[in-house]
Amino acid sequence: MRARIGAEATRAKGWLAAHRWLLARRSTQFGVLALFLAGPHLGYWIVKGNLSYSLTLGVLPLADPYVLMQSLMAGHSPERNAIVGAAVVLVAYFLVGGRAYCAWVCPVNVVTDTAHWLRARVGVPGGAGISRSTRYWILAMTLAVASTTGSIAWELVNPVSMLHRGIIFEIGAGWTVIGAVFLLDLFVAGRAWCGRLCPVGAFYSVVALCSPLRIAAVRRDRCNDCADCYAVCPEPLVIRPALKGGDDGIGPVILSPLCTNCGRCIDVCPTDVFAFASRFSKGAAHDQVHRDSPGSTGARPVAAGVGTAARAERADAAWSQRR
Amino acid sequence: MVEAATRRQFLLDAARSATSVALLGGGLALHTGQARALPPTALRAPGARDEPEFLAACLRCGMCVRECPYQILDLARLGEHIAVGTPYFVARSGPCEMCPEIPCVKACPSGALDPELTDINRARIGVAVLTDQDTCLNFLGLRCEVCYRACPLSDKAITLEPQQNPRSVHAIFIPTVHADQCTGCGKCEHACVLESAAIRVLPRRLAKGELGGHYPRGWEGEAKTDGPPLGDVVGLLGGMPEATT
Repeated sequence: MRARIGAEATRAKGWLAAHRWLLARRSTQFGVLALFLAGPHLGYWIVKGNLSYSLTLGVLPLADPYVLMQSLMAGHSPERNAIVGAAVVLVAYFLVGGRAYCAWVCPVNVVTDTAHWLRARVGVPGGAGISRSTRYWILAMTLAVASTTGSIAWELVNPVSMLHRGIIFEIGAGWTVIGAVFLLDLFVAGRAWCGRLCPVGAFYSVVALCSPLRIAAVRRDRCNDCADCYAVCPEPLVIRPALKGGDDGIGPVILSPLCTNCGRCIDVCPTDVFAFASRFSKGAAHDQVHRDSPGSTGARPVAAGVGTAARAERADAAWSQRR
Repeated sequence: MVEAATRRQFLLDAARSATSVALLGGGLALHTGQARALPPTALRAPGARDEPEFLAACLRCGMCVRECPYQILDLARLGEHIAVGTPYFVARSGPCEMCPEIPCVKACPSGALDPELTDINRARIGVAVLTDQDTCLNFLGLRCEVCYRACPLSDKAITLEPQQNPRSVHAIFIPTVHADQCTGCGKCEHACVLESAAIRVLPRRLAKGELGGHYPRGWEGEAKTDGPPLGDVVGLLGGMPEATT
């Protein structure tokens, strides 16, 4: 039985420094919700709409590019505001790392993080063998169903938009879907929704393929092998190359587009190995992604996911055994 | 040898994922088909495209709901048998107030509400139908006429047609909807004084018949026939008596 994750970092750096990014992230998540809620509840209309499409201060349109893509696949030609809004969002998330959406904005993240925390506390053993690449298959499936049915089909069941819309408007029986996600993550498989199934995350990981803002193991020589970063990371497979690949000539930057830029590894590391960095930081090996998947550029995200899935499963199993 | 085993494992894993997800996709496609069946009481906002097109376009953002000054629009919740997150209103609870500026259409970012709609009187949300003559007070001989007076296009979309009351010497005034003028705002249904309305707004696809293109409307002149002239068809059958042609 080892100590709680992050206990060593709290001892070494103090509680605040060991929870800095977590606090920043929760503030952002709830701050975004507060902006959306200020209108209907307090009458301050800063942002109108929801995460599928919103208008900020009456001028800035923001649209979910994944929903818009489903609409395009369903055969609709959207009006200007939706297209401009989706373009703004695409550029923004490209810059800050596509899956920053998952860690910093998506309301389901709070649900699944809670499930994960509880899962660790209760010590739920094992887990269904859902491959981490399943989400790419689901992403492809949702686009295929949109095009064959001529409807934005996934949004009928998508827990991500359902929760956000439900909080801002009314959720009705939508709580059952969110409850299902929570129970799935708690009892069926760890990180099942965000780490294995959610096509929204899969979509944003494609956006993140060349994102400039990344996390890097800048002081990896200081690593004391406590493995807290692996334990806390929602996508543990992304860390190893950057942290331990020095001998193989792999740079310290975490280049995998699956990294959510959540910064928890920075928090829990007692020796401050990790930091936010540019993907072009000194020593970054730009060929790391190519090495994972020798396939064509277009197929890379899927191929990378599929190729590394088995390794990820093994890594997951190894960590749960150690614990 | 190792490579072959890895490739085999890779292919098997891929097949497993693909099959599970394909099954899921089948379920989703079936569900999507069911979600198209909009309940007849649920009316879309003005300018809404036909249901299948609407479901390809609507981003479920609720901008129309926010811009509606009378707050009659609502986003469907899970369990309501309307595609989740799409806007609708129920005429009996609150009808469309027919804002001349049509703010809901202006707010729609995707074009699910057609921006071509600039004159609210051209909106075709549905069409009012006097569904029950047995309970309509005007049919019973009273001068209720609330639907007629509530109609924003009174005397155009709803007129009162006098008829002899078969039970007395008096006249009865039949509320008569003219579908070519009716916007489907639902004010008549909302205003109907009965416990359950005798006049209801129905989706146009449910309420309207469709005439075969070959029927000539003689009183409108030959040019009004959409299909080939009836004479041609009759000719194939061996002609008709000369007096009728």
